[in-house]
Amino acid sequence: MSDLQVPELIIFCLLFLVVTVLGFVAARWRAGQTLDHLDEWGLGGRKFGSWITWFLIGGDLYTAYTFVAVPALLFGAGAMGFFALPYTIIAYPLVFLPLLRLWSVSRAHGYVTPADFVRGRYGSPLLATLIAITGIVATMPYIALQLVGLEAVLRSMGLNAGGFLGHLPLLIAFIILAVYTYQSGLRAPALIAFVKDLLIYVVILVAVIYLPVRLGGWDSIFTAAEQKFAETPSPNDGVLLNSNNQLQYATLALGSALALFLYPHSVTGVLASRGRNVLKRNMSALPAYSLLLGLLALLGFAAIAAGTEPLINQATGNPDTNTIVPQLFHNEFPAWFAGIAFAAIGIGALVPAAIMSIAAANLWTRNIYKEFFKRNATPAEEARQAKFASLIVKFGAVAFILFIDPQFSIDLQLIGGVMILQTLPAVAIALYTRWLHRWGLVAGWIVGMFWGMLLLYNIPNPATGRAHFGGSALALDKLNIFGWQPFAGSTVQIYVGIVALIANLLVAVVVTLIARGVKAFNGTDTTEDADYHVDEGDENLRPVAAGH
Amino acid sequence: MAAPTGRKGTGLHFSPWNLLLIIPFWILLTPLFNRSDPTLWGMPFFYWFQFVGIAIGVTCTVVVYFATKDRRAVAPLSRPTDVDELDEGSAR
Repeated sequence: MSDLQVPELIIFCLLFLVVTVLGFVAARWRAGQTLDHLDEWGLGGRKFGSWITWFLIGGDLYTAYTFVAVPALLFGAGAMGFFALPYTIIAYPLVFLPLLRLWSVSRAHGYVTPADFVRGRYGSPLLATLIAITGIVATMPYIALQLVGLEAVLRSMGLNAGGFLGHLPLLIAFIILAVYTYQSGLRAPALIAFVKDLLIYVVILVAVIYLPVRLGGWDSIFTAAEQKFAETPSPNDGVLLNSNNQLQYATLALGSALALFLYPHSVTGVLASRGRNVLKRNMSALPAYSLLLGLLALLGFAAIAAGTEPLINQATGNPDTNTIVPQLFHNEFPAWFAGIAFAAIGIGALVPAAIMSIAAANLWTRNIYKEFFKRNATPAEEARQAKFASLIVKFGAVAFILFIDPQFSIDLQLIGGVMILQTLPAVAIALYTRWLHRWGLVAGWIVGMFWGMLLLYNIPNPATGRAHFGGSALALDKLNIFGWQPFAGSTVQIYVGIVALIANLLVAVVVTLIARGVKAFNGTDTTEDADYHVDEGDENLRPVAAGH
Repeated sequence: MAAPTGRKGTGLHFSPWNLLLIIPFWILLTPLFNRSDPTLWGMPFFYWFQFVGIAIGVTCTVVVYFATKDRRAVAPLSRPTDVDELDEGSAR
């Protein structure tokens, strides 16, 4: 099993070589006057049209980890894993209007990060720093997870050694990625995203047509899945939802949709676009990826029908369910096609990893370095700082995988989703109104964050025997507000992120009322009404890459 | 450059077409579709219904896009009556 799969490896390496060349060439692609400005390095010149934006955001949101983990979830738990579909169905109508406002105000003021906007809207370094730190902390494990996805593929191709040697291919791939991202900035993932998405589309379409035919139709695939879940002792798996996890399904989809465009890397993709119509077009066209994701998710059931076994990870000694999809391709397809599929997933890890590291680097530079270390940093100094930070971020993520159990990244990513959701009042609601007071927002953030962490910490996972961080599904019975249990005895589950967000909003409203009562200063708003409607082609539009 | 604080409106200009964006959220009502029958090509209702949900979501966003495409919610900054805002905008 751990023999080297030579044909697969050759195809993989060839395609990897192609994107590496693209990554370096990207520096000169649609180049502006200088790369020494965050508008250029970190946002690709703010001029991407509909197609580039579609590939970029698609490549950014639908990551290698998604492609590996969602089918693995269906493979393991059944219907619950399909939450990814309603999640991506509602995400775009949900953010359609607020994103337009965020784009306009950022274009008018040269904002690069969501924390920049909060800084401008509330004039509060404290609040902006909280938002920036939340963004960085939530993004880091997400980058690490891309490595988990990439490693699942590498191990399936036979590069499944133990210890440091087992991680070496991953390290090499990431060093190459780090160097061309350093050089080309956001243009590199934007260009590579074309290759990645085309490969992914071809692979999935072939797989969802070929596999059901080979396995006797969807009928027998679902029958096999039903059989498997009937045999397991767990009450929460199955081909359909049950009365306990329907609320979890809906709230997890809603919470994930709310969180999606609060992630700094999503905002980076949005701000890189040229204008409002580009975004509107993309909100309509991005669900094409949802279709892909839904079809891919069903491959988890196909793997059950095909009798696919997860690979044993030689580094940890445990079966790694994330290798389900790679193993399925490996077993059911000729080697050359499996090679293409692996390359699609592998390159699918590089694109979001690059964008995420750029987004985290932008946050660091704009909202921590410039705020606290060098207030009058020139645009060129900002760009240099961000390039350097992008390297640190990437190697931090590699260190995560190398020295810490990958399970830790998965836990952290779970936590990250709950955390990033707590920035919703300060970022999304502030786009519409300044009614919430800045002290209300700070207080809400603190409560949402810590209560969310506490709830997650106390969730056990009986399947793996872990006492803490066992998932994001909270039994309503466990909901305990200073000893008051409003739903004692209920086994219905709900997504922790939504519970924490509700607490956050309640506290924000109460503290706002108090702060307004004592007439506390609510900061200075440097944005204007008209800023939220700025569009490309306006007269007197702020020039891209302008000085500060 | 600093504008007077929070006293102003939000510059919210609402198009009724935007209400269409609420429709896709019905996909969160799991009891509507959490069943096996009728199946389509061997796929339980639960699964193929949600694929249909994608089409409904896309239809809503596409309609809103075309209905609001060339219409600006507010006039551009260069409108003569907005000359004060214009000056402030270019000063930054």
